[in-house]
Amino acid sequence: MEKAMLLLADGSVYEGFSVGAKGTAIGETVFTTGMTGYQETLTDPSYYGQIVTQTFPLIGNYGTNSFDSESPRCHLSGYVIREWCETPSNFRCENNLDTFLKEKGVIGLYGIDTRSLTRKLRESGVMNGMITTEPIADKKAALEKIREYYIKDAVKNVSSPEIRTFKAQGETKYRVVLFDYGYKRNIERELLRRGCEVTIVPYNTTAEQIKEIAPDGIMLSNGPGDPKDNIEAILNLRETMKLKIPTFGICLGHQLLALANGGSTRKLKYGHRGANQPVLDLEMGRTFVTSQNHGYAVDAESIKDSVGVVNCKNANDGTCEGIRYLKFPAFTVQFHPEVCCGPLDTAFLFDKFIEMMDKGGK
Amino acid sequence: MPLRHDIKKVLVIGSGPIVIGQAAEFDYAGTQACRALKEEGLEVVLLNSNPATIMTDKTMADEIYIEPLTLDVVKRVIEIEKPDSVLSTLGGQTGLTLSMQLAEEGFLDAHGVKLLGAVPETIHKAEDRQAFKDTMEAIGEPCIPSKVVTTIEDAVAFANEDGIGYPLIIRPAFTLGGTGGGIVNNEEELRDIAENGLRLSPITQILVEKCISGWKEIEFEVIRDRKGNVITVCSMENFDPVGVHTGDSIVIAPAVTLSDKEYQMLRTAAINIISELKIEGGCNCQFALHPGSFEYAVIEVNPRVSRSSALASKATGYPIAKVATRIAIGYTLDEIINAVTGKTYACFEPAIDYVVIKFPKWPFEKFVYAKRTLGTQMMATGEVMSIGTSFEQAMMKAVRGAELGLSTMNLKKLEDKTTDYIREKLHDCDDERVFVVYEALKRGIRPEEIHEVTKIDNWFLYKLLNLIKMERSLADGELTDEKYLTAKKLGFLDETIEQLSGQKIKNPRFASYKMVDTCAAEFAAETPYFYSTYDEENEAEEFIKEHDTGKKKVVVFGSGPIRIGQGIEFDYCSVHCVWALKEEGYEAVICNNNPETVSTDFDTGDRLYFDPLTKEDVRSILETEKPYGVVVQFGGQTAIKLAKYLDELGANILGTSADSVDAAEDRERFDELLEQCEIPRPQGHTVFTAEEAVKAANELGYPVLMRPSYVLGGQNMIIAHSDKDIEEYMEVIIGHNNMENPVLIDKYLMGVEVEVDAICDGKDYLIPGIMEHVERAGVHSGDSISIYPAQNLSKRIRETIVDYTGRLAKALNVIGLVNVQYVVYNDTVYVIEVNPRSSRTVPYISKVTGVPMVDMATKIMLGSSLKDLGYGTGLYPEGDYVAVKVPVFSFEKLHDVDTHLGPEMKSTGEVLGIAHTFEEALLKGLTAAGYKMKRSGSVMLTVRDSDKQEIIKVADKFNTLGFDLYATPGTANTLNKNMIPTNVVPKQKGGKNNVITLLDSGKIDYIISTSEKGREPAKDSVKIRRKAVERSIASLTSLDTANAVADSLLLGKTVKDVELVDITKI
Repeated sequence: MEKAMLLLADGSVYEGFSVGAKGTAIGETVFTTGMTGYQETLTDPSYYGQIVTQTFPLIGNYGTNSFDSESPRCHLSGYVIREWCETPSNFRCENNLDTFLKEKGVIGLYGIDTRSLTRKLRESGVMNGMITTEPIADKKAALEKIREYYIKDAVKNVSSPEIRTFKAQGETKYRVVLFDYGYKRNIERELLRRGCEVTIVPYNTTAEQIKEIAPDGIMLSNGPGDPKDNIEAILNLRETMKLKIPTFGICLGHQLLALANGGSTRKLKYGHRGANQPVLDLEMGRTFVTSQNHGYAVDAESIKDSVGVVNCKNANDGTCEGIRYLKFPAFTVQFHPEVCCGPLDTAFLFDKFIEMMDKGGK
Repeated sequence: MPLRHDIKKVLVIGSGPIVIGQAAEFDYAGTQACRALKEEGLEVVLLNSNPATIMTDKTMADEIYIEPLTLDVVKRVIEIEKPDSVLSTLGGQTGLTLSMQLAEEGFLDAHGVKLLGAVPETIHKAEDRQAFKDTMEAIGEPCIPSKVVTTIEDAVAFANEDGIGYPLIIRPAFTLGGTGGGIVNNEEELRDIAENGLRLSPITQILVEKCISGWKEIEFEVIRDRKGNVITVCSMENFDPVGVHTGDSIVIAPAVTLSDKEYQMLRTAAINIISELKIEGGCNCQFALHPGSFEYAVIEVNPRVSRSSALASKATGYPIAKVATRIAIGYTLDEIINAVTGKTYACFEPAIDYVVIKFPKWPFEKFVYAKRTLGTQMMATGEVMSIGTSFEQAMMKAVRGAELGLSTMNLKKLEDKTTDYIREKLHDCDDERVFVVYEALKRGIRPEEIHEVTKIDNWFLYKLLNLIKMERSLADGELTDEKYLTAKKLGFLDETIEQLSGQKIKNPRFASYKMVDTCAAEFAAETPYFYSTYDEENEAEEFIKEHDTGKKKVVVFGSGPIRIGQGIEFDYCSVHCVWALKEEGYEAVICNNNPETVSTDFDTGDRLYFDPLTKEDVRSILETEKPYGVVVQFGGQTAIKLAKYLDELGANILGTSADSVDAAEDRERFDELLEQCEIPRPQGHTVFTAEEAVKAANELGYPVLMRPSYVLGGQNMIIAHSDKDIEEYMEVIIGHNNMENPVLIDKYLMGVEVEVDAICDGKDYLIPGIMEHVERAGVHSGDSISIYPAQNLSKRIRETIVDYTGRLAKALNVIGLVNVQYVVYNDTVYVIEVNPRSSRTVPYISKVTGVPMVDMATKIMLGSSLKDLGYGTGLYPEGDYVAVKVPVFSFEKLHDVDTHLGPEMKSTGEVLGIAHTFEEALLKGLTAAGYKMKRSGSVMLTVRDSDKQEIIKVADKFNTLGFDLYATPGTANTLNKNMIPTNVVPKQKGGKNNVITLLDSGKIDYIISTSEKGREPAKDSVKIRRKAVERSIASLTSLDTANAVADSLLLGKTVKDVELVDITKI
């Protein structure tokens, strides 16, 4: 058992053992409370630049497989868990966690009290940290580096520059452009399943280019980092929305569209990451259990009455979870209706998007 | 919209006596419901026949009826109390079924009463097999191929259909815990079980289902409100695959072998089901999942709170029953604050950061001849739950907490068996299978091979293998601090570590505690609910510091899993002790490991430690809490067993000292004490070996009573009539005990048994009441019908009993409660047993006399004197009512168990009948216990020679009532000679017409059967009694019970003719 450790910006150290790749990485340390779906978590591009800890203690129980990844790569900086399962059991299992992490180059740490780490993050807010399998010779210097760290060019790093088009399952009903801010595969799958031909375009695709493609709908994907860093994407969106093409935004896509419409975003103390966040849909009068992964939120007050309606909020802390726009056919949500991992309860939003296209944005 | 304005007064129906399949979890649910209703300012009317419950406490409801749970009684209560609503979903199957009948008959509508929780259409869709199948099909949820049938021939025809075949599972409709069902492998078995199931089903309907045993069994607890908001509280995975009843399965929460795709598929299915059924409240969905694909099937849906929901509540901290109650009265999930965090709402799905294991507690220690094979019919009487940061740790805690005498997974009796035997034994699916699996792994049998046989998922097997690896590692090489810590994290006790390593632990550690907070630490929670592990942070310690009240702390030890002999009564006592402590200005801390109980509700005490009640676990709790005192006298034998150890640790045991406990238990010291008090007891000896036992018995003269010392519920207690009996039983006793403690042999005196509970302060004593048993000594007190106040004792005898009790209490220096059992034989009072602790009868006596015994005892332990408490001393004046406690058995759930009553306790629960006269109270009690009290028909009699004289009187009464009498030749001969016309029926072997065929004919309404010896399933008398159980024939195995039943019938009344009593008004 080789040692590994996590050094946090406040100087505290969690010592444990190494799992997966060896090396050193710095990232923003966050926790997720999802109890299943570690493979989806590991491959979720929204975790770019972050060291992710799982609050559930037993990870890797059912191994990993070639079906459940949400992107081809692991974008996170490090992975921290209490215990991993050497002998996973599931009919689709191909590898154990260690092998998977090694293949994907993820530095992992296990054997620490993840609850203690979670409580620390909860109290002090997300904190930078360094995960390493090597001895730290100069702690002071390391801490300096850790404190200096910030997540840079997150979207640019996870978005693919290629334009790709995927055929719809069955008959093509609509053509949808999916902005890749670091999209999760299941967004694509949900659209394909509903008869959409999906064209994935880079984060910086312009309104002109969209106009050329002339899609029936626009899907704004999830993605990592501080939404305000994406000035180019925001400016492009400001133009794109003038095309009045039915638009559905998720997570970062939701935040970017809000920013493009004069809204503002702020960083949450420790974010919402997990598969159990309750969202109140104010228009439906219902509460839904949702999958979430975000460290920033749109300020509900920043959405002018003339621009849109904040129609969803988090039932626990009241933060903005969704906006319906008034001047063009668009709605966005902070949570993840495409889930993976998490509850499928809000998958109907994709149907709502289809209905919007049925109406042609009218 | 919060509370509905049209609800002001609610009737809550409880679940009745504790039986297998319906236990303390419904007291927990009912208590939460009552509290939630009262918090809303609603008036609560409560009906439950079970007096040992907390929900029937005066603080829980405004009007309380401890009356038989029959349709007639519920109607009368509604007429008297005029509630505007009935809550149907918190009283188990019993409460639900009654509510449905009321609704379907139109009674509720006619009386303007609303049904809360579930509507009849919902219940019908969930519980009627065909309707359920149709509903599932309509929403595209797959069911197992099956057919609802009402005849045996239809069942056989289905079996012969294409693609069906054997094995098949038979599930009778509307029966508790799957009663009467089973797996069948051929037509003969199918015919047999189908017949039984059809008879047991109140609507003569069974489901014949394709057997999918070997699939994973997964459960979801779901909760939904009237707006359609729905969440899953918890997922659970059974260690044992489909085929073993979930109540008999080891269960882990959350599900561990499912990927997110499988998990979400089933979670979505559960949500679709509850939404389609439109349940407003809690619901349990059980699924079978193919281990090699995404194929799944819905097994069952329970549209109410259940055993699983109690488990899910305790496993997550999410109070399902409380939330379900609020939903029933109009709230929605987004309006109900999560009491655990105080910050989140009830629509927030719990996330947990530990694993939970439930381990069943079976009654096989008691029923040594019972068939132990696990199947679709539940047999466990109770369960323990454990929480750990790893599966291994939780498993080790569960096993040691189940009080099986084990501190590891090693079952001693398997050690010397051959590997071939172990390999073969893997095929037996019984209560010991997990230990056989462990032994098999230890012998080097590969997990894959074990999986092939048992279908237990490899994940579990490899985890067990980790424990074996640790055992080996401990036995090999130096015990480093690192290795020690790893072993602790896997759940090993210090004692085991030292034993396996042969080395002293250099730096022993105490456990640290983590909080159960519903949210995996995402929010700062305020729940004082903890479990132990071995990490650096101790959240309990932090909590205590942050919430320093300056109050003195007292730790109350609970009673562990429900088992025969130690039931819900002790939870009642523990909870009352906690309440009294709080009232007296102390901080009350609970330690218990039973998820079904009120004591383990996170807001019962000031803090809850959900951990095993074993020495080392308890020591760590004391280390963290550093309490002023500890209480052991309310947690049954489980807690009292800790007394000596706690004393050695230097803990301040409040109340009766450990030394006094020992003085009452240790035969020699007890004899000295009696001598000193000049109180006679039946002559007796203590022995260690079979030879000594035979010698002693011959000296005393047969019959003799034998029992191991330090036991509860008369476990392994028997009456021996011959040397051969003694030899047989000594073997059984030695097989179940490590023989640290001797076996007691006493002269058996067949007199009237009398029992008292007393409260003592060291100087004075108060006896709330004297109870007399209907059955003479020889039938365990827990199985006897008990009457308060005693009806047939002379003033002198009563005074002697009061005097003796006082002398004993003083001599033992009892501070708190003491229970004394006497036998009155030839007009002399003998002491049989003294227990310086709370007893099974405390809740019922407290309720009928109005003397709050536990509260008083607690106050006395804290220093009050009896005189200050205002209830006087000596014998408390008798009330106007007679209360009769009648035992309830679960024989139909247990195969091959003899129903003959004896010194070993067999009942699982009890009911109470309260009325102005003994006869009326008895009638109520018997009715509540399930006797149909038919006043005409036929009686079958077959009694042992020693009962032949006495049976005449009893038979005469049945004859007078107009019953046709049938008897086996010997018994018939006696009766006919005494001018009681009786038909002779040959015993089993005698040709075409015999007792068995007569019982099968359905003609017989009562059977009176006694025999010299029983137990062995092969004996004729046992077979006859088993047949009676199978045919649901009232089976009376003591002439005293039979006589009481006859007297009650002679009264010529039914419960309809007897006034209902609101016990809050007496």
